[in-house]
Amino acid sequence: MSACILESGNARDDAFHVHAGSYLERTARQRIAALLDERSFTEILPPSERHVSPHLPMLGQPVALDDGVVIGEGRLGGAPVLIAAQEPAFMGGSVGEVHGAKIVGLLQRAAEGVANACPAGVLLLLDTGGVRLHEANAGLTAISEIQRAVFDARAAGVPVIVLIGGGNGCYGGLGIVSKCCDYVIVSEEGRLAVSGPEVIEAAHGVEEFDARDRALVWRTMGGKHRYILGDADDIVPDDIAAFRSAAQRRLGHPRPLSLEAVEREHAMLQQRLQRFADCRDATQIWSALGIAEPQRVPLMDIDAFTEIADAAREKGRGENNHA
Amino acid sequence: MLDWKTLCDRLFLGDHDVMLEDGVLHGSGNIGGRAVAVVGTTEHAAIGAQLAMKLAARVLAVVREHPGRPILALVDTQGQQLSRFDELIGNNACLAHLAKCFAVARQRGHRLISVVYSEAVSGGFLALGMLADETYAVEDAQIRVMALPAMSRVTKLPLEQLEELCRTTSILGPGVANFVALGCVEDIWQEPLDACLAAALEKPAGGADRRAELGAQRGGRIAAYDVTERVRNCAQPA
Repeated sequence: MSACILESGNARDDAFHVHAGSYLERTARQRIAALLDERSFTEILPPSERHVSPHLPMLGQPVALDDGVVIGEGRLGGAPVLIAAQEPAFMGGSVGEVHGAKIVGLLQRAAEGVANACPAGVLLLLDTGGVRLHEANAGLTAISEIQRAVFDARAAGVPVIVLIGGGNGCYGGLGIVSKCCDYVIVSEEGRLAVSGPEVIEAAHGVEEFDARDRALVWRTMGGKHRYILGDADDIVPDDIAAFRSAAQRRLGHPRPLSLEAVEREHAMLQQRLQRFADCRDATQIWSALGIAEPQRVPLMDIDAFTEIADAAREKGRGENNHA
Repeated sequence: MLDWKTLCDRLFLGDHDVMLEDGVLHGSGNIGGRAVAVVGTTEHAAIGAQLAMKLAARVLAVVREHPGRPILALVDTQGQQLSRFDELIGNNACLAHLAKCFAVARQRGHRLISVVYSEAVSGGFLALGMLADETYAVEDAQIRVMALPAMSRVTKLPLEQLEELCRTTSILGPGVANFVALGCVEDIWQEPLDACLAAALEKPAGGADRRAELGAQRGGRIAAYDVTERVRNCAQPA
């Protein structure tokens, strides 16, 4: 075994090898252990190597030995994958210099081929408010580097698959990066956007966005709305087994990023902006898409929801038009 | 602060047809007998879904109509548009779409250069300027993630402490010099600007992302390049 990889299969993680239960409530390590094949995960730059933020101590802030993101290699349904999982409990999953560099390195590793073999996919388990303000400039730069590295992995034919179902949602620059990847898998509890509700409220007041109105937040940015619009490829219940099987189906199916693909996406997004230009609430969009009782959408279980949402998405049209 | 017209006049010594139309700068300029496509924003634009799509349309038009022509992005943005409607409609998808258009242009051999000529902030900078092969800035441009007083409120750290720290590190404070030290901005453009652009155009297209390496060389980011290289080169587990 190489000096820079340690086996991370300790007793605590083993307890989470049951591929069932809430995704939302788990830590980054528990999510990885439960998502991948049993005992298949090896961590790169594990906590024992102490790659901590060099900046947080200057502000009197505590550090994490993994800087809030766990990366490594493993298998999913037998297929080799690379994986990164942001730790929700450490500074809101925010991206600092080291945190970002770990994800960049992982994506570059995927693009270059691990031991000359392309992995079947890179899984990004994003759970983040965005840039870590304590190291803001490095965080923003790192997110741009992640974006570049995503495009390089895609150009190498390695699909990058984003999983969103954590308590922080997926906001800021990584909310943009998510849509630069091949696939987005989201749970109903997941949220995906650039600007968070608090940021919008702080800038333009509670009349523009009441950040405490949870129903409004989920209608506007939540998994169901993103799925109806076609900005999420799969929606799953908050269950690790559901995330696992959805991710497994997407492995080995890269979406080539071609001029034709972005032109199709361009037409699709233009049509969306025109069609919904006067909508002020998600229920108006859902209604315009032919959903009979839009106010019931937030209450539906995933099976019932998927049925009506797929009809609204015109059976795969949204999917085919994404680049 | 330079306005976009003066900027273009100086970059192309007057030989350009860049115009402002519907909130978007577009056109082309000639330098050293070579045509350069221009797209950009002005008046500290907030980049929302609509503006992102207009910019993307201009990038796609260049790729279709002028294969291989270098693209210069002129950056002046206060950040992404902060609004309920933009998030409802999927600003992240539209900003990502703009990024994908630039990525496809790069793949097809277009050289991508951006210059921050006024202001660049956070998500707007990410979507428009930072995806270039190299990002440049004019001397008195402003680049930031967040102003320090706002940062102090959000992080609950005293403003004095943040200001003190900014004297010794490039990692969090506003300022072009900080982003140069981090490797995020390649260089600062000083007069004559046409010479700066000509020199940037001489560099080969489609190179690797060298920002982390530059940040290490310049001392602005002491950890990123080392960590990235360790992860990239780490041997296969047994």
